[in-house]
Amino acid sequence: MATDTLTLPPGADAPAFWDTDPHEHPSGGSTMLGFWLYLMSDCLIFAMLFAAWGVYGSSYAGGPDPKELFDLKLVAVNTAMLLFSSLTYGFAMIATDEGKKAQAQGWLAATGLFGLCFLAIELYEFSHLIHEGAGPWRSAFLSSFFTLVGTHGLHVTFGLIWLVVLMVQVAQRGLVPENVRRLQCLSLFWHFLDVIWIGVFTFVYLLGVLR
Amino acid sequence: MSDTLIKTIFGRLSWESFPIHEPILVGTFAVVAIGGGAVLAALTYFKLWGYLWKEWFTSVDHKKIGIMYMVLGIVMLLRGFADALMMRAQQSMAFGANEGFLPAHHYDQVFTAHGVIMIFFVAMPFVTGLMNYVVPLQIGARDVSFPFLNNFSFWMTTAGAMIVMASLFVGEFARTGWLAMAPLSGLDYSPDVGVDYYVWALQVAGVGTLLSGVNLIATIVKMRAPGMTLMKMPVFTWTALATNILIVAAFPVLTAVLAMLSLDRYVGTHFFTNTGGGNPMMYVNMIWIWGHPEVYILILPAFGVFSEVTSTFSSKRLFGYTSMVYAILVITILAYLVWLHHFFTMGSGASVNSFFGITTMIISIPTGAKIFNWLFTMYRGRVRFELPMMWTVAFMLTFVIGGMTGVLLAVPPADFVLHNSLFLVAHFHNVIIGGVLFGMFAGINYWWPKAFGFKLDPFWGKISFWSWVIGFWVAFTPLYILGLMGVTRRLRHFDDPSLQIWFVVAAVGAVIVAIGIAAFLMQIFVSIRDRNSDRLRDFTGDPWGGRTLEWATSSPPPAYNFAFTPVIHDLDAWYDMKNRKADRPTSGFRDIHMPRNTGAGVVLAGLSMVFALAMIWYIWWLAGLAFVGLLGAAIVHTFNYDRDYHIPAEEVTAVEDQRTAALAAHPQLAGA
Amino acid sequence: MSADPHAAAPHGHGHDGHHDGAPHGSRKGYLVGFALSVLLTAVPFAVVMLNGLATPNTAAAICMSFAIVQIVVHMVFFLHMNTRSEGGWTMMALIFTIIIVVIALTGSLWVMYHMNANMMPDMGMSGGM
Repeated sequence: MATDTLTLPPGADAPAFWDTDPHEHPSGGSTMLGFWLYLMSDCLIFAMLFAAWGVYGSSYAGGPDPKELFDLKLVAVNTAMLLFSSLTYGFAMIATDEGKKAQAQGWLAATGLFGLCFLAIELYEFSHLIHEGAGPWRSAFLSSFFTLVGTHGLHVTFGLIWLVVLMVQVAQRGLVPENVRRLQCLSLFWHFLDVIWIGVFTFVYLLGVLR
Repeated sequence: MSDTLIKTIFGRLSWESFPIHEPILVGTFAVVAIGGGAVLAALTYFKLWGYLWKEWFTSVDHKKIGIMYMVLGIVMLLRGFADALMMRAQQSMAFGANEGFLPAHHYDQVFTAHGVIMIFFVAMPFVTGLMNYVVPLQIGARDVSFPFLNNFSFWMTTAGAMIVMASLFVGEFARTGWLAMAPLSGLDYSPDVGVDYYVWALQVAGVGTLLSGVNLIATIVKMRAPGMTLMKMPVFTWTALATNILIVAAFPVLTAVLAMLSLDRYVGTHFFTNTGGGNPMMYVNMIWIWGHPEVYILILPAFGVFSEVTSTFSSKRLFGYTSMVYAILVITILAYLVWLHHFFTMGSGASVNSFFGITTMIISIPTGAKIFNWLFTMYRGRVRFELPMMWTVAFMLTFVIGGMTGVLLAVPPADFVLHNSLFLVAHFHNVIIGGVLFGMFAGINYWWPKAFGFKLDPFWGKISFWSWVIGFWVAFTPLYILGLMGVTRRLRHFDDPSLQIWFVVAAVGAVIVAIGIAAFLMQIFVSIRDRNSDRLRDFTGDPWGGRTLEWATSSPPPAYNFAFTPVIHDLDAWYDMKNRKADRPTSGFRDIHMPRNTGAGVVLAGLSMVFALAMIWYIWWLAGLAFVGLLGAAIVHTFNYDRDYHIPAEEVTAVEDQRTAALAAHPQLAGA
Repeated sequence: MSADPHAAAPHGHGHDGHHDGAPHGSRKGYLVGFALSVLLTAVPFAVVMLNGLATPNTAAAICMSFAIVQIVVHMVFFLHMNTRSEGGWTMMALIFTIIIVVIALTGSLWVMYHMNANMMPDMGMSGGM
């Protein structure tokens, strides 16, 4: 590759050096890749929170341990909420692809409701724990638990705000390319949070109770 | 008014927060206030506010944003270097009965601020600025992938810098060292606002850094001109790609660890406390998982600059392009496998230490390969010792020494002796000044004519060059020696008078570097003054006989960079065009689709800064208000669908005709 | 990392970038993915919640392996990961991220475990995972 002499490509006596007949570029061609890269960086934030959980997961400091605190039935319900919301978001995307605006809005609303339920259950769990004296300041174990699960919850909250904003924008302008692109980004975001939740319910709740 | 009401309104902020009892700070404040006031007055008098706002602050043009990053870096360099001078002065006089002129409380802030500013607000803006300016030009693109995000990123970085600067006059900065190691940075040992300033400045700036990383990766991946395969990408663009991958994969770690530290401080969690099951060493572990890649984030673009400069000024194709690319990629991965060498002494034991010692030694191999590539590029080339090339040669000589002391420190038993000593301080200044900073100066001298249409004055440039190189060695050789004798870092006062002479020599070195900085500013001033003289003005757009695409357009490039997108057939695309006499198209221009300027970036970054300052001072109502405002402003921004416009073909034709005329009037293509 | 295959001029002449950006799912795809993830979620929960089905170690192994499979299922059916979208760059980014996550996670646990074992022998076992 790195030779000092310049070799002409075969059959290129007078190659074109400038694209003098350009086509207009569709804008937003990089958006999906860019958003995916952002998600990868978010993934690393969660990786560090999981690392903290791994290191602090059994630092109870004389306080309560997961067996006493975690209510797996609640977690199972919560997991179901997220799974349903993933399915409904998927249907919203299919409706979007087919250009059915009303249907898409309906599925988005359903997704939002499932997301709200998830948040409500999580908030109930948190307030219950704090009420029992097991707040994040009780021990390093609880610090890392609240931070990891809370960060996921915070992401869901932002996802919901984004969802509402998008629904308004779809209502205003319809399924224009910009809105479709935004719906695709939120789709990635929403399903990504699902993947994180798999890690949370496995490593935090299930393995926590097993320990 | 009752105390509680005042507390609710002002949080921790009170009259005592303003350091009116510290003469040095009052003096500094006076100078800054008078100087800043003069600048503001001048801007108002010459009616420049509208121009600045319309053409620069709200600009989404990657070239203007790149230049603004460089200005930010230079301004912060002055602040960071003032801190360095104060430290050198203090250490050279504080022996025996003499306590020096800095009280411990102040001295600790000075060395913390010096490190934070130099890394986050000098080196990072320089690196990001260069990448921003050069990468889209090198790949033949009209702008970056997300132009608005680019503007926003710049303002977030600037907001972070402003938060650090605010700590100078309101409250105080952290007294913990530049990484704010726990538990010292916890609430128990640092109850005041210093660490909060640190945390929020880095978090705000971190958002900007991360987003500009995402932006540049997407740009390099998606926006390359037709024909530019990955293995035909200029080396600087390769290093930019690797650096931004490192940014996207490392800065989230910093965000996470600082978030945990702030939870410890604001909520009372037990991540890094001594009690409650916390573990301060986890902080050290996590911050270095970010910290080591950060080193390569800074140095890789400098390597890219040296590659471009060496090849251009040796008038030869870069030797070993492929090996260069693979070396960059290997460094990108290995950068994540060495972090523990920063804390061998933590006590993880022989197995862990040997693993990280060995990986550290391995990472020096690709770096060594690069040095050989540059040397072989120069070998039998027609080397022109212009300023960028001088900086490059100085880099090679200086950096090799720094690299070798680094490998020495990678041996765990040796590190047990040298850990936290001045030897370490000398080592990392050796690689950061000798590598990153020399690289930035090479880059500034190299690309300045591209950005402004005239070269930088070589006379003052050479004075700056020699002062920096000599000053660096005079300042840091004594620190190597002192470190070997066992002197630890961050000390304010010494008892052993036999050490003093070394510190005095180091202080002299710092003064020589100060002359280098002054000469650099003088160089810029003289060059701007003489910009229309024959010796500096460049009409061709290619003053050095360049080889990559950025030299194919005019200097400064038009807003749209290239009227027609170039088509690439060879690694040295522009050299190829010159070599095969490719004609520049002079007619048939079309409308060009461009992104529209927007003030949203300034607004969002401003609100983030208010939010951060309110959090630092516990002014909860203002923090809440700023946060809601931030969210609202972001949402409002998404309702703006009208984000681009077209530069009409007539305007493009007019600009290009001007260039055609300029080229006709100055037919000699320098160096070609 | 082989570089050349992905290098086909990324903004060639056509508008192809518009379509390969976001792969589309089908109703059936989502339903299959959903059914699989329900199964993959239900089994670990059952194993842990119904005491006596498995020893703690086996249960932990089941949980972790099911989690990994479920993550792959989500990636394929919901996130539509494949090697073609965006010229393979999303997959490349994902693989790189996984490498870094594995390094950072296992590295941290390894480093901290050894430190606890060496420096706090009494607490060594409770500090690590």
